[in-house]
Amino acid sequence: MISLRNVERSHKAGSGVTYVLRRISLDIAAGEFVTIMGPSGAGKSTLLAILGMLDPAFTGEYFFRGCPVHTMALRQRQSCAREQIGFVFQQYHLLDDLTVAENLGVPLDYRGISRSERTARVADVLDRFNIVGKKDLYPTQLSGGQQQLVGIARAVVAEPSLILADEPTGNLHSAQAREIMELFARLNAAGTTIVQVTHSEENAGYGQRTIRLHDGWMEAA
Amino acid sequence: MSTHTTDSAHAFTLPVNSDALISMRHIKKVFLTDEVETHALVEVHLDIREGEYVAISGPSGCGKTTLLSILGLLDAPTAGEYLLAGTPVAGLSIPERAQVRNRQIGFIFQAFNLIGDLTVYENVELPLTYRTGDAALDAAERKRRVVEALEKVGMAHRTKHYPAQLSGGQQQRVAVARAVAGGPAILLADEPTGNLDSKNGEAVMGLLQELHRGGATICMVTHDPRYAEHADRSVLLFDGRVVEDTAHAGPRATHASL
Repeated sequence: MISLRNVERSHKAGSGVTYVLRRISLDIAAGEFVTIMGPSGAGKSTLLAILGMLDPAFTGEYFFRGCPVHTMALRQRQSCAREQIGFVFQQYHLLDDLTVAENLGVPLDYRGISRSERTARVADVLDRFNIVGKKDLYPTQLSGGQQQLVGIARAVVAEPSLILADEPTGNLHSAQAREIMELFARLNAAGTTIVQVTHSEENAGYGQRTIRLHDGWMEAA
Repeated sequence: MSTHTTDSAHAFTLPVNSDALISMRHIKKVFLTDEVETHALVEVHLDIREGEYVAISGPSGCGKTTLLSILGLLDAPTAGEYLLAGTPVAGLSIPERAQVRNRQIGFIFQAFNLIGDLTVYENVELPLTYRTGDAALDAAERKRRVVEALEKVGMAHRTKHYPAQLSGGQQQRVAVARAVAGGPAILLADEPTGNLDSKNGEAVMGLLQELHRGGATICMVTHDPRYAEHADRSVLLFDGRVVEDTAHAGPRATHASL
């Protein structure tokens, strides 16, 4: 599904250049659940942003289902990402002014999906995640674990083939974290490819494979 | 007028000030956790006039974040009166609060809270797309407001970027644009420089000051006294009460009539 070849990412720093990622070559097959680990500043989030097509400023090659992301124009990249990828963030990224059901509709608005189809998909995902009773509540009325449950529901509402999760349990206590990880494991068992960034070895245990980064370099597996 | 009365001594009540943009009287907030009552706000009176720039500070646990949540209608007080632009809002239902919040309040958070898989333009536009009824905005008006807001914060050249491509300082400028695009009555900023280095922190403070000079009403929570000095007025909270309310001397302190 994903193939990176010699991917590098750097920032200009004064007169020099600081590398965030060095010569990353990596393949991820459809249906895998992969974990990216490493100390702060190792380049984990940058790698996830590149995989998610949110950061085009890299060198090297990135093929997604055979399509060369590194040569795509913005519009093409954006429509590919919105068709294929769902994101889960540590801070949930829910909108406080919107109810749970309205938050779940946001990704569909940005994918040109009709109102009636939107209502049906939101209802379906509320049902699947067992949060129908919370649909008219606002994020501030939910616990952190419940907010992240909504965050994941929002990521899957557009039926992506790939989920990218950046420290999805970073703000949760351990019982909530386990629930969220079990949910990821079920989504993966149902066929969704998952790539997560985490500091937690326990969370990494839910995946099949761990990639370790150090100062932008990938450690040999 | 400092009134350190206890709850039982409710011999008099202070009336709300309907001339102020925000007027709070006898605001209390009690949280219940494991059958223990925490009095986050004991007795808060606060007026904010249109065009003022107020800093709220105090030690952690003093109630400043709770006060900002109530000011911003994210939470309701346990008791007390709150008048926002002449309308009593303390007793609103949750959906009513959300609607008033969307139209009247612009939030700026410590962690920026931009949505990572939406572009800069889409992040600023998003709250505007959820206005309904007579507040609804058509696509052309939304575009005009988004572009104007991004120009104000110097980010109009980054509309198609994603948050991951921006520095922390740039992300916070986009968050400020999102907060002002809706034309809110007041901007509420919760430790807006908390995740920034000092250079980017100063830049964001400069931006708030510029918005203030342009007429914006701002209320900012900060624990950093250097940043509190950027405001016209400092409110110090301690143990859930306002213990100091000082107008800063200087050219910007123009509300001497208080």
